[in-house]
Amino acid sequence: MSTQTPDTDSENEQPSSTSPQERRMAEKQARKEQREADEAAAANEIQGETVELKVFRYDPEIEGKEEPRFDSFTVPFEKGMTVLDALIYARDEYDSSLTFRHSCRQAVCGSDAFFVNGSQRLGCQTQIADLDGPVRVEPLPHQDVVKDLVVEMDHFYDQMESVDPFFDPDETPDDELEEQRQDRENREKVKLSTRCIWCGACMSSCNIAAGDNKYLGPAAINKAYRFYMDEREGENKRQERLEIIEAEHGVWRCQTQFSCTNVCPKDIPLTDHIQELKREAVKQNLKFW
Amino acid sequence: MYEHDVIVVGGGGAGLRAAIAAHEEGADVAIVTKLHPVRSHTGAAEGGINAALQEGDSWQDHAYDTMKGSDYLGDAPAVDTFAQDAPEEVIQLEHWGMPFSREEDGTVSQRPFGGLSFPRTTYAGAETGHHMLHTLYEQVVKRGIEVYDEWYVSQVAVTDEDDPNERDCHGVVAWDVQSGEIAGFRARDGVILATGGLGQAYDHTTNAVANTGDGVAIAYRAGVPMEDMEMIQFHPTTLPSTGVLISEGVRGEGGILYNSEGERFMFEYGYATNDGELASRDVVARAELTEVQEGRGIDDEYVYLDMRHLGEERITDRLENILHLARDFEGVDGLEEPMPVKPGQHYAMGGIEVNEHGETCIDGLYAAGECACVSLHGGNRLGGNALPELLVFGARAGSHAAGADMPEPKIQTGPDPDAEREDLGVPVGEPGATEAAADGGAVENPDSDPEAVVEATAEEERERIETLLEREDGVNHADVRADLQESMTENVNVFREEENLEQALRDIQDARERYQDVYVADKSRTFNTDLQHTIETRNLLDVAEAITMGALARDEFRGAHWRKEHQERKDDEYLKHTLVSWNDGEPELWYRPVILEGDEQTYEPKIRSY
Repeated sequence: MSTQTPDTDSENEQPSSTSPQERRMAEKQARKEQREADEAAAANEIQGETVELKVFRYDPEIEGKEEPRFDSFTVPFEKGMTVLDALIYARDEYDSSLTFRHSCRQAVCGSDAFFVNGSQRLGCQTQIADLDGPVRVEPLPHQDVVKDLVVEMDHFYDQMESVDPFFDPDETPDDELEEQRQDRENREKVKLSTRCIWCGACMSSCNIAAGDNKYLGPAAINKAYRFYMDEREGENKRQERLEIIEAEHGVWRCQTQFSCTNVCPKDIPLTDHIQELKREAVKQNLKFW
Repeated sequence: MYEHDVIVVGGGGAGLRAAIAAHEEGADVAIVTKLHPVRSHTGAAEGGINAALQEGDSWQDHAYDTMKGSDYLGDAPAVDTFAQDAPEEVIQLEHWGMPFSREEDGTVSQRPFGGLSFPRTTYAGAETGHHMLHTLYEQVVKRGIEVYDEWYVSQVAVTDEDDPNERDCHGVVAWDVQSGEIAGFRARDGVILATGGLGQAYDHTTNAVANTGDGVAIAYRAGVPMEDMEMIQFHPTTLPSTGVLISEGVRGEGGILYNSEGERFMFEYGYATNDGELASRDVVARAELTEVQEGRGIDDEYVYLDMRHLGEERITDRLENILHLARDFEGVDGLEEPMPVKPGQHYAMGGIEVNEHGETCIDGLYAAGECACVSLHGGNRLGGNALPELLVFGARAGSHAAGADMPEPKIQTGPDPDAEREDLGVPVGEPGATEAAADGGAVENPDSDPEAVVEATAEEERERIETLLEREDGVNHADVRADLQESMTENVNVFREEENLEQALRDIQDARERYQDVYVADKSRTFNTDLQHTIETRNLLDVAEAITMGALARDEFRGAHWRKEHQERKDDEYLKHTLVSWNDGEPELWYRPVILEGDEQTYEPKIRSY
């Protein structure tokens, strides 16, 4: 089963003159300032503040949970508390059956992407103080729900693995102690694309992916970009990659809505990467004309 | 029943590297892991990978630094093998596409790190582990290696001979977290445990929630000794509110530690007059806590790590991830202000006793990575030595399990019947010993047919889980775990005192008693994390007990292990590894001598100063 309808605001959003990443950073900065102001205000108030969570619940085999519902949890608020902290508190103190993926707590394992107050975010990276209460936590939209906040990830992994997601140079040095050279500029070129943590937030935010199950999606295209742009791979592999990228359900499906870029917790300019690959495809096709 | 030649348990760096090696040796290999591989905590490693690559550096120097860092509790055959194999492994990673940070000429960059006599730490920004993990997983995908992700391994299937040295491992038992199916996995050639760390025994840790010492506890209950468990590394620079790691790379690039007086205390108070901030981690962690105890901490809790003087360009180029972490998890802008840091549990030097091929004393059972103790890090691990360990010993375990021809190992394993057992004078072990509902241990199966052993273990596991799920009322594991973590952080930390260690053992006994009544409120078969965490908590009890037993017994100061009553290294008495054997729920503590004779030199214990 799939739950929510997506947040469609982004459809009308026009890319502004600043890059999406800069805009996101500016928004983050604004949020941080707001948070500091809020925290200063909170510090002056009496202790004992709480936060209310409304958490999506569903379990196909437990009576009373087969029908999706929202449970409310009231959690004592602490400075610096994240959505993940609040969920852990609710689970450990109130209901040990509350189920969600999480592991590293520091935004690198990519396990805890949820739909928080209507947008895709990592639970561990989202400060409660940044959110309006009650905080609504739902599973990622457009993915089948396994239980509570846990969604089926297999489709996401399948798409990731369909783009030859591995380094595949035409040749490597014979000497096992000799490295390949890579220009600093080239490393810089692929750097942002290598930050992907496979959280699935982008795929969940994408209207195209929601309507076209075969669409590679932003994360997989970004993975292809990471290798396509790496100068250590050879010309043969680049051609193969281009074929994958511009196939029927590849880059041309993207309608440049920037929703993936807006939700990426690692600030990867996903839409820019997709656009750049579209240009590469055009260039190549012109060459063969 | 599922069947493969080699089963690798865990999908982090060591597990992936082992799987690739076994595959290259021609084995049908599968990875069984409770997290999808890219979720593994190798991905959180920041600083780098040590290897002697450049002219002017040598494997011998790397080995020497490692042995000195270990405070002479490393075994020379492990240390030498490691330093010899590391360069090839690092270049192999480069050939697999790892996005290393680069010099102007396009070669792989190397930076200084704590305790190293040469700048030999290769890195990819301050997110080296993330890139290494993804690079290795890409190679696993390329080879089509089968991955059972979100399958939780709770037992190894081992025969029941009285002497663990004579037992055979024929597979594992795991349950599919998503569906609840419990199944046996037969391993024709070997099982490699690569389950990572055990930091969840503490409440202030850089480790992930998943780092619950599963492999260590599983192997222990099957009869493999745990080695040097008291040697726990506390990383000197973790964020105070969350335990999130701030890489040693910050100090490697020139970051400075200050106390509340604005003094550069590493130099000014003589903790490390030569290397200062780049002394070994144990030295820096003790220095920070001493500053705080003597009233020169900030908020009586932490010190400052300042990197502002490095400049925005250099920071963004080499340490950008640190800016994100400090901002997201402590609300601090590292370009504008110093970052608050304090020591936090980071790494277990000890673990499953193995030799330099990753073999345990049980035939067919291997271990590699943080869960294993080949005795490379001894009393203290150097920064940048964990990632190459995963590569070197992951690869060796994978190759050996898949049948590669390798020389006779020099490191001994397995319970030594002649070793003297230490009596700690404090009760330890399992209340109710082997009847406990959630007990592990070797399966009682007179039939040595491998498939029968696996199936019998699976059946035992089904009953155990059934019993846990049927219980209608009792104790929530989360309460037991929280009390355990609190006691460990309070009593078995950087500074250790006899009285506190004894208190911790009493707390663990108490936790064990309560665990007898543990119950799982969630009755669902679907994605039952309540059940999984309940079983993990049991594993934490076993590893925490061994850590504390080892710490109480070792009345000297070596590496990360500092004792208030015994503030000197006692080489006459303690050039030996601590071992703890399960012994049917009544743990035994004994020792085995350290091996200091290496390939080219014998390492003579020297005074360790930085």
